[in-house]
Amino acid sequence: MPAPRHIEHFVADFSETPLQATDKVKEDQAPLSLWAEAWRNLRKQPLFLISAFLILVVVAVSLFPGLFSGIDPTSEACQLANSDGGPTGGHPLGFTQQGCDVYARVIYGTRSSVTVGLFTTIGVLVIGGIMGALAGYYGGWVDAVLARINDIFFALPLILGAIVVMQLPMFRSNRTAWTLVLILMAFGWPQIARITRGAVIEVRNADFVTAARSLGVSKFGALMRHVMPNSLAPIIVVATISLGTFIVAESTLSFLGIGLPPSVMSWGNDIQAAQASLRSNPMPLLYPAIALSITVLSFIMLGDALRDALDPKARKR
Amino acid sequence: MRFSRTSKALGLVAIAAMTLTGCGGGGSNTAGGSTGGDTSKVIIADGSEPQRPLMPADTNEVGGGKVIDMMFSGLVSYDPNGKPVNELAESIEGKDGQHFTIKIKKDQKFTNGEAITAKTFVDSWNFGAAAKNAQLSGGFFESIKGYDEASKEGSTVETMSGLKVVDDQTFTVELSQPESDWPLRLGYTAFVPVPSGALKDPKGFGEKPVGNGPYKMADGGWQHNVQIQLVPNPDYNGPRKAKNAGVTFKIYQNDDAAYQDLLSNNLDILQTIPTSALKNYKSDLGDRTINKPYAGNQTIAIPEYLPEWSGEAGKLRRQAISMAINRDEITKVIFNGARQPAKDFTAPVLDGYSDSIPGSDNLKFDATKAKDAWAKADAIQKWDADKTFTIAYNADKGGHKAWVEAVVNQLKNTLGIKVEGKPYATFKEARNDATAKTLTGAIRAGWQADYPSLYNFLGPIYKTGAGSNDAKYANPTFDKAISDGLNASTVADGNKAMNKAQEILLTDLPAIPLWYQVAQGGWSDKVTNVDYGWDGVPLYYNISGK
Amino acid sequence: MATYILKRFLQLIPVFLGATLLVYFLVFSLPGDPIVALFGDKPVNEAVAAKLRAQYHLDQPFWIQYLLYLKSIFTFDLGQDFSGRPIAAVLGEVFPVTARLAIMALIFEAVFGIIFGLIAGLRKGKLFDATVLVASLIVIGIPIFVLGFLLQFTIGVQLGWAKPTVSSAATVQDLILPAIVLGLGSFAYVLRLTRTSVIENMNADYVRTATAKGLSRFRVVRVHILRNSLIPVITFLGADLGSLMGGAIVTEGIFNVPGVGNRLYRAVLSGEGPTVVSIVTVLVLIYCLSNLLVDLLYAWLDPRIRYDS
Repeated sequence: MPAPRHIEHFVADFSETPLQATDKVKEDQAPLSLWAEAWRNLRKQPLFLISAFLILVVVAVSLFPGLFSGIDPTSEACQLANSDGGPTGGHPLGFTQQGCDVYARVIYGTRSSVTVGLFTTIGVLVIGGIMGALAGYYGGWVDAVLARINDIFFALPLILGAIVVMQLPMFRSNRTAWTLVLILMAFGWPQIARITRGAVIEVRNADFVTAARSLGVSKFGALMRHVMPNSLAPIIVVATISLGTFIVAESTLSFLGIGLPPSVMSWGNDIQAAQASLRSNPMPLLYPAIALSITVLSFIMLGDALRDALDPKARKR
Repeated sequence: MRFSRTSKALGLVAIAAMTLTGCGGGGSNTAGGSTGGDTSKVIIADGSEPQRPLMPADTNEVGGGKVIDMMFSGLVSYDPNGKPVNELAESIEGKDGQHFTIKIKKDQKFTNGEAITAKTFVDSWNFGAAAKNAQLSGGFFESIKGYDEASKEGSTVETMSGLKVVDDQTFTVELSQPESDWPLRLGYTAFVPVPSGALKDPKGFGEKPVGNGPYKMADGGWQHNVQIQLVPNPDYNGPRKAKNAGVTFKIYQNDDAAYQDLLSNNLDILQTIPTSALKNYKSDLGDRTINKPYAGNQTIAIPEYLPEWSGEAGKLRRQAISMAINRDEITKVIFNGARQPAKDFTAPVLDGYSDSIPGSDNLKFDATKAKDAWAKADAIQKWDADKTFTIAYNADKGGHKAWVEAVVNQLKNTLGIKVEGKPYATFKEARNDATAKTLTGAIRAGWQADYPSLYNFLGPIYKTGAGSNDAKYANPTFDKAISDGLNASTVADGNKAMNKAQEILLTDLPAIPLWYQVAQGGWSDKVTNVDYGWDGVPLYYNISGK
Repeated sequence: MATYILKRFLQLIPVFLGATLLVYFLVFSLPGDPIVALFGDKPVNEAVAAKLRAQYHLDQPFWIQYLLYLKSIFTFDLGQDFSGRPIAAVLGEVFPVTARLAIMALIFEAVFGIIFGLIAGLRKGKLFDATVLVASLIVIGIPIFVLGFLLQFTIGVQLGWAKPTVSSAATVQDLILPAIVLGLGSFAYVLRLTRTSVIENMNADYVRTATAKGLSRFRVVRVHILRNSLIPVITFLGADLGSLMGGAIVTEGIFNVPGVGNRLYRAVLSGEGPTVVSIVTVLVLIYCLSNLLVDLLYAWLDPRIRYDS
């Protein structure tokens, strides 16, 4: 900057800064615990309420598909005569190339897809979260060992691992959504571990951590109470998107020939099967993709709400 | 190998007679080559990366096979209808089906100038057969006397006693037993001559092969995983003379990508329209498409070693399954006409094919008869209602998932049993279970002819102990009928006997024929004169620019 | 800092050993006999098969195979693939192509992801924010083999703006469309990470201080919000470079890119152990180096971060 800056006043108007809202503290109340306060915040957020409702619907559909569809595609085989048929009475979304009812398959496919998405995400959060947090927080040789294990696993091609795991005797003739959960978990955790590690490294030297430590909080206690809550934002973002990516990964594995057997109904399988007639009849592909997107959307919204509620920096008092 | 060693073929050469008369009877059936076209055009075609070095006897898959076929010329080649046409052979004579005298044309040369003599052939074949050279297609020489010694594990014998050079232009072949259709096989790529340099350094040769066919490899023509460039061989004077300025095989990982290139004129000819485009290709390409049956079929083999599928009950169940499959519907809906419902175990382009062999009713969809047959089988041996009948397929290539799924649904609908498709992640995993007799249900099987003969669809697959007998079918009556076919005195009689043998198969159904392959290809608006051969491969030499 | 970097380089040795061992073991456990598969559905000639097995050491137990492979690495001869070509030559062909593709995809997702994420974060809850949310949902909800096909068909075939597949040279121009398709999947991550980070930092003390000091909004955004929001994004991008290098199987298949993903996929399917391990080994090295680079970037972006203690 060649010309010296002209500064009109050293302190902005109080009304122009966000200080006004954030600095308001109700001094007559005892502070709540982190989680209790988060919950109190969540309840009031419309974002949370909408996403929670959507998630409840998705879970209900996956638990009791029979309540939502009059046709049970697990017992009624498809009629090739209906191939690529449009919507008719009782079949609101038309038929696939194999002559299967699209609506019924989307409803009955929910369970496998949500199982894959949800439980894989939980799994990678647990494994990756712990590994990443310890590596980032303690540094030194702990980091050296954990982060390098991370590197090794990151490099393993998913397709290679998937083929090997799929042919293990216990899965050979019994591949279910859980087989995929296991595979995607084994090869998906390094990403969360890296994100967690990065987020923890960013926070571990922050003033409030040093402050807490000097106040006598144990090293591990500081990690749990101060570092982790402040590192959650990127982890939540990656986890909620990954939930969708895992559901789609099932589809991609099917595309490469190593997904679930065709007898297991899932959105991924249906998307893959519909790809062959994408140009002539795109609808059977669109509907499971929409179902998938809505599920991901609800989890992204939940993640956003949760992050807002948990983040100490964004917390309103 | 593909010709069972137990064959007791005797008598006169049946199909060999056809070989001799086939000479000069060829010529393209549609294009004819007379319509002209721009011969200065380089044709861009789709190919796949060869899995082995380009040694003729070491190449057994499509990607390398196409290239070898164009770079080399053997004793005979097949015309578009599958009739053998002499290339290097002056004559192939044999009276007893066991001893042959082969005369080759004079002054034949490889593109490096090396002369091709009777010795070239003998050396090339010996090299292909000897175990120490580990050539994948070595088994093609197995009928020749002395093959067993040369091909034994750890054998140091490098020559087959059945091959003898008489003079520069003549050599004789003795088979270990009479096999009347042996000369028909000579158009296969394993039987071409290779220059002496190839025998010394097969690996180096495989990178830059030198042949004698209508094309030769351009300098640095093989860019691995990218393309293989072939240019015409000006010295070639056989029936497959190039009518273009070269063929470049662009290597594709999948047909879908190749199809997009075809639509934007980056590719001149696509051998196979991908399944994802079957519904659109006619409107995309207009009249620049072909729909021509070729010598290949698709079946599902059901192994007899599984208890539910053995004996009389097993036979009835297989008939029930066969009659419960509506082939017309699947070929129409799933394949959009890219397959033809099967009426026997061979293929309609072959000499001697019949669509009305007694027993072919078992391949017709008939829900009532299917249920009856299943009930009859149940009366003999009860089918466990909880048991799932599986149809295995390899999911890594071939696009089998859609039709397997359609068959599964039809079986469920008609027979009311539990049926599932069982995908194998890789082809090799599927082959492993098939060869090790560890299949737990049916497995899809397909056969592409190596040479145009009914026998090639029957002997190597269904004879007792045959190498490709996935169903482990064993029936002495059938074996005997096949031998009768090889021993017949005329072509017509031979074919009749083969079809008699098929009657047995149509009742036993060790495999259930589904449909015949149809070559469905397309080309860009820059080329003309496109036709396909009997084996479903485009006749690249005949294509020219517009 | 120098000691830290040196230490990290020394750590490559155990990573290398661990990765090769694990991958070799996985390839060893692949179902089916690769030599049998070479014969296709034609009968297997046992003498030939035995000879080939010996040639590729497939008749040896796992440990011997692995040690032989290690030996081949240290003698700088990686062995041959099934078509008889030196694996080193194969690596030299595929890695430059995929490196171009991966870096282009990385630039695409970084530039667009960060810009869009920044704007969405600054205008949280507004129309732009909602629009990019829907856009990222499409990217997440539709698999790459569908998106790639659609883009290839519309842009490549119908509009003719780009070639539908890459040419033999795989030039930068050829790779634009594949790079966009490849980057789309990660684009959603970068976008949401940036957005969240920006929202979080908007409320941070130093931003309030900067605003309070009366700095221009642009300067606050660029220096204080963006720079501090980049750490999670950089972490993600660093890790993603690795996955882009190795995981482009589908994209490379659609656009017929002769790169790492394609070759790896083929080698896995046919069970070519040494080829798979060699490719993965190079990938591990790339991961480790990109990870080191990311760690060094942390210290640059946020001076509070220290590694020497």
